Amino acid sequence: MDIERELQTLEDRIRLALKLAQQHQATAEVGAVQDQGLSVSVRNGDVDKVEFTRNHGFGITVYKGQRKGSASTSDLSDAAIERAVLAALNIAKYTAPDDCAGLAEVDLMATSVPDLDLYHHWPLTPERAIALAQECEASGLSVASIKNSDGAHVGSSDSVRAYGNSHGLVVAYPQSRHGISCALIAAQGDTMERGGWSYSHRVPGQLQAGEAVGRKAAERAARKLGSRPVPTGDFPVLYAPEIAGGLLGHFIGAISGGNLYRHSSFLENSLGQRLFPQWMNIYEQPHLPQGPASAPVDGDGLPTCNKHFVEQGTLKSYVLGTYSARRLGLVSSANAGGVRNLRCSSTHTQHELLKMMGTGLLVTDVMGQGVNIVTGHYSRGAAGFWVEQGQIQFPVSEITVAANLQDMFLNVRGVGDDIDARGNVQVGSILIDSMTVAGKSTGS
Amino acid sequence: MSSEQLLQQAQSTLWLPGALDEPGLVRVMDSMLAKGADFADLYFEKTLSESWSLEDGIVKDGSFNVGGGVGVRALCGEKTGFSYSDQADLASIQRAASAAATVANGKGGRCQAVNRQHPAALYNALNPLDTMGPDDKIALLQSADQLARRLDPGVVDVSVSLAGSWKTVLVLASDGTLAADVRPLVRFSVSVVLQKNGRKERGNSGGGGRVGYEQFDAGTVARYVEDAVKMAQVNLDAIDAPAGTMPVVLGSGWPGVLLHEAVGHGLEGDFNRKGTSNYSGRIGSSVASPLCTIVDDGTLLNRRGSLSIDDEGTPTQHTTLVEKGILKGYMQDKHNARLMGQALTGNGRRESYSHLPMPRMTNTYLLPGEDEPDDIIRSVKKGLYAVNFGGGQVDITSGKFVFAASEAYLIEDGKITAPVKGATLIGNGPQAMSKVSMLGNDLALDNGVGTCGKEGQSVPVGVGQPTLKVDELVVGGTR
Repeated sequence: MDIERELQTLEDRIRLALKLAQQHQATAEVGAVQDQGLSVSVRNGDVDKVEFTRNHGFGITVYKGQRKGSASTSDLSDAAIERAVLAALNIAKYTAPDDCAGLAEVDLMATSVPDLDLYHHWPLTPERAIALAQECEASGLSVASIKNSDGAHVGSSDSVRAYGNSHGLVVAYPQSRHGISCALIAAQGDTMERGGWSYSHRVPGQLQAGEAVGRKAAERAARKLGSRPVPTGDFPVLYAPEIAGGLLGHFIGAISGGNLYRHSSFLENSLGQRLFPQWMNIYEQPHLPQGPASAPVDGDGLPTCNKHFVEQGTLKSYVLGTYSARRLGLVSSANAGGVRNLRCSSTHTQHELLKMMGTGLLVTDVMGQGVNIVTGHYSRGAAGFWVEQGQIQFPVSEITVAANLQDMFLNVRGVGDDIDARGNVQVGSILIDSMTVAGKSTGS
Repeated sequence: MSSEQLLQQAQSTLWLPGALDEPGLVRVMDSMLAKGADFADLYFEKTLSESWSLEDGIVKDGSFNVGGGVGVRALCGEKTGFSYSDQADLASIQRAASAAATVANGKGGRCQAVNRQHPAALYNALNPLDTMGPDDKIALLQSADQLARRLDPGVVDVSVSLAGSWKTVLVLASDGTLAADVRPLVRFSVSVVLQKNGRKERGNSGGGGRVGYEQFDAGTVARYVEDAVKMAQVNLDAIDAPAGTMPVVLGSGWPGVLLHEAVGHGLEGDFNRKGTSNYSGRIGSSVASPLCTIVDDGTLLNRRGSLSIDDEGTPTQHTTLVEKGILKGYMQDKHNARLMGQALTGNGRRESYSHLPMPRMTNTYLLPGEDEPDDIIRSVKKGLYAVNFGGGQVDITSGKFVFAASEAYLIEDGKITAPVKGATLIGNGPQAMSKVSMLGNDLALDNGVGTCGKEGQSVPVGVGQPTLKVDELVVGGTR
């Protein structure tokens, strides 16, 4: 994909749509994206799939006074864009006026767009991708208890995204994402266990070696063999880094403007309250060079910036876009579209956290959707390891862990320095003081 | 509309703008077979969709989307090559075909003669977006909002949405398949937040199917709103759920998500061809209690999970998966059926032209038994009665599945007593199904809101079951 040309194309599309909206006395904001990539998977050494991807997307929101209408299309031709603009305008004839609707204030618009070093093209051929996936899978299949494969995958994609609005702002920048993943099956007698691992990066040279990914997938499958439930009771729970990010994700959901103004969060009206232990800070760094979730502007065209949501355990800021901020009588935190590179202060090594836990559960997998953001009630399927005196004893499965998120947050005893930096939430292991683990009956 | 008219309508929607015709497209597939593909297919799609949403008592947003394109697939042995284009013209299709055919290294061949499929239509081909004017759509949403606030003055938030889509698909394949389908799909959703004495709870409900918006008459919408408000009211009074292993009675209808997770996914052909499912190689053996007969049926009229043809052009069917506890068969698409030497079942589905088809469920349900639902409750000394669920997940390899109860009650001495807070239930598919000890006579299907995710692809599905008792499941409460 010719990046310069695609950037130009998307900017042109955005300017065209804004001009059409203006001709109808409407203001508008427009997003457009184009991506192109290659995705290859192998299974048991043979090619499984070779997929060539190429997507276009264009979305517009128009404001006719305080009335709003939206439309989108996968066709970027002039005619299709005109149809989308007209469709959005047509919807705005029927929607009701909303005092909070409309573009963000003009003086809040980004005035410069920092280069966050997000684009690193990988001239990957299918043959090379296949070879890398084969290496990855082979290293996992060489582990003794691994009896089958669900495949290894190598992919690379480049994309260009653009945003513009009637204040005259048009921002467009390219980014890339390259990934490798593997899923393997360990077997023993009649039981099979799946384990997987993946890695992705914006820079091809930073992609973790395939052998390491394959081996890690194999270890994650093999170590589950012989798992069993544990008796029901209340125990400390240590969340491994690969799932600990989910806990912070629930927190972010609960302080997000949309849930707050809909009275749908257990953290409504909690600004300034202490929600975590005093030593804990939670913050975002949207401008990390090459960061997995880095972005120069938010979904409303505001410049993103470093910010603390939690400082010394106290809630300092909600996660707000323009609309939800207006609804709450607050100022946008430049988080339209969410948080970017969320991080958390670390206190201990994972080894120290296991020692602190003593007897309890190390959770490495969670399942299901049992999280209620309205009440904070949390109950999920889990698997991991039983720990006694800080030592891993045996693998555990077919259990649930339950508590209330508000209690869990207040009772974080430590955060590991074993940070999983692959995704939007970059955090280490999290030790929670006490949760109800349900497994085999206690005999009652 | 006759199936021939349907095919013509699809051709004029999907082929005419790019000046495409059958001989030209067959030549594209011939070129893929000449390179050594065993099979090739072209999937054309155009989808119009809209949604309207209400909050704070007003309809403040609506959106309209147009999407579509053509997906080009080549199969060679176990290998799949795939490419797609959002431009359905011959040059774009040829480029995609040449990319997809990179996996081909067989001996080369030619397409079979085109054979027009004439499946029975299971729903009306009319565009559902046009079945109601914008003002009426808005009035419908507002009536739901007003009813919710009338039913309980403690309601502090009401969100209501109405969504519809109209998808035209056409499949042309090297095995001679030429088939088209025009698929309406509508959905109504309502969610309320109730606040009393400092506690808050949410309730939600909704429904839909392959029908027009006229399905959402005043009575139907009132029932959805009442269900949502009732769920919130019940949960406001809920006590902590119990923790541990106990008998669980599941209500009829939507709790059939149990079958979807505990059984359905594990019987999809791809996992079984690869031997990665805990049901692999178990056809003919016992995987559930003898009470259980489980089917996947894509042929139910107007249902959300139904399809006249699947996304490979195969007519859908009523497939018995488990009969009296014995595993009878898997759900298949063309690729996996061919490699496993099994018959097609009409379960080849894809989210869109930019996704590959794979075996997916349609409407999956458990046939009714003979027990009165009241007797089932009466048989439990201490356990859980769960009537509504948020959703579920399964690890098809180990068989572990979860589903999250969103409305549940304690059963004490054969009586339904206090409501309990949401809790996740966890079990192992065949083990849990072997512990189904009572089966109600009240089979019901869900209201038409289910969406199933697999490998990043979402497709609409249906589930159903009668009231049933599982003697032992782990309940993830805190008490």
